[in-house]
Amino acid sequence: MSEDKTITFIVTRQDDPESQPFEETFEIPYRKNMNVISALMEIRRNPVNAEGKATTPVYWDMGCLEEVCGACSMVINGSPRQSCTALVDQLEQPIRLAPMTTFPVNRDLAVDRSRMFDSLKKVKAWVPIDGTHDLGPGPKMPESKRQWAYELSKCMTCGVCLEACPNVNSKSDFIGPAPLSQVRLFNSHPTGSMNKSERLQTIMDEEGLMGCGNAQNCVESCPKGIPLTTSIAALNRDTAIESFKSFFGSDQRV
Amino acid sequence: MAGTRGYVNRRLHSLLGVVPIGIFLIQHLTVNFFATRGPEAFNSAAHFMESLPYRYVLEIFIIFLPLLFHSIYGVYIAFTAKSNLKTFGYFRNWMFMLQRFTGIITLIFIAWHVWETRIAIGFGWAELNYQLMEGILTDPFFFWFYIVGVISTTFHFSNGLWSFFVSWGITVSPRSQQIMTYVSIAVFVAISYVGVRTLIQFAYGS
Repeated sequence: MSEDKTITFIVTRQDDPESQPFEETFEIPYRKNMNVISALMEIRRNPVNAEGKATTPVYWDMGCLEEVCGACSMVINGSPRQSCTALVDQLEQPIRLAPMTTFPVNRDLAVDRSRMFDSLKKVKAWVPIDGTHDLGPGPKMPESKRQWAYELSKCMTCGVCLEACPNVNSKSDFIGPAPLSQVRLFNSHPTGSMNKSERLQTIMDEEGLMGCGNAQNCVESCPKGIPLTTSIAALNRDTAIESFKSFFGSDQRV
Repeated sequence: MAGTRGYVNRRLHSLLGVVPIGIFLIQHLTVNFFATRGPEAFNSAAHFMESLPYRYVLEIFIIFLPLLFHSIYGVYIAFTAKSNLKTFGYFRNWMFMLQRFTGIITLIFIAWHVWETRIAIGFGWAELNYQLMEGILTDPFFFWFYIVGVISTTFHFSNGLWSFFVSWGITVSPRSQQIMTYVSIAVFVAISYVGVRTLIQFAYGS
């Protein structure tokens, strides 16, 4: 009978940003088509651990529940991914849940991804259009370019690529692949490209593009299949040209 | 200003690894390969290189200064990485870690190699000829030390050539990067053969 079947979860928990992490095991009744989030909701409904002791409910972040917001990323059985699309039937048991290690932990499985949003601000990952008067419609974008740029726009700042990168760690200030790919996205936009040099100059640093060591884990791990390493190589070319233009001088520079 | 100091350092590191250090490596392995034609051929090739005009300028600006910068900055790069091969055992991640590992091995090997040959010759403790290398490489420990050192160097150069093409934005598409992987493997096999064949020659004779 399906009512007798249970699933085991081993969750790495932490009460607050400063306290020590610990592991807690939960046994929850199996239902069909469960994902990790519905299992976490089950724990929240009845917060009793495998030893039968009452405990605090496990805390995690979530938003869209359809893998477009990036909020519910966590390390599931060793791989960083979204818990909303992690289906229990496809996971090996016991299922191990842990917060991503690249970001500071707020509580249990919820991490603080502020550094990614700060990076997006730093690289100016938007198209500046606001002014005192109507500037009219912008230039058109070629359809072929729109198609690959659209792929880059799927980034949801989930943090998986930073978690997978061997050069994003406590010893380096590398901003990671996600914000770099956004520089390529906004530089490809006809209006966004009016700030092309500014964006490129911002990432011409060890914290920026030069932090990449070409391990290419990011492109293997990205849940949205974004060609992150193609973006990085394209930016390597753009910054090389940009540094020639800025050093020797060029009227083509924007 | 064309980027920050960190940007210029990293670009310089990537460039120097291929030009001039990579070119010097190929030249060095090629000249040494004369050993396979016998001691006289090696001696005359080595003495030709030794008698090049303004030799100290060439050595300082083509070999020692670039090598010094590439190795010091390289050690810094190697130690800012944190291996995660256990979770992400992808091919490129392995190459990433091996590049850092062979970089350190190569640095140790080259430091010893330069000490025992160029510096020893410079102080007059040794003379540049076939017998010098024969004397070193007939010792089984040093034979294997050189085998590991040479293969580590050729790997570091070949895989570094792959990264060079990405770092300068030459190979952007995944397909071009894939083909460059095959090219770098071919380069690795070819120059490793040249290096190892020469070592065997010195150790076991013709």
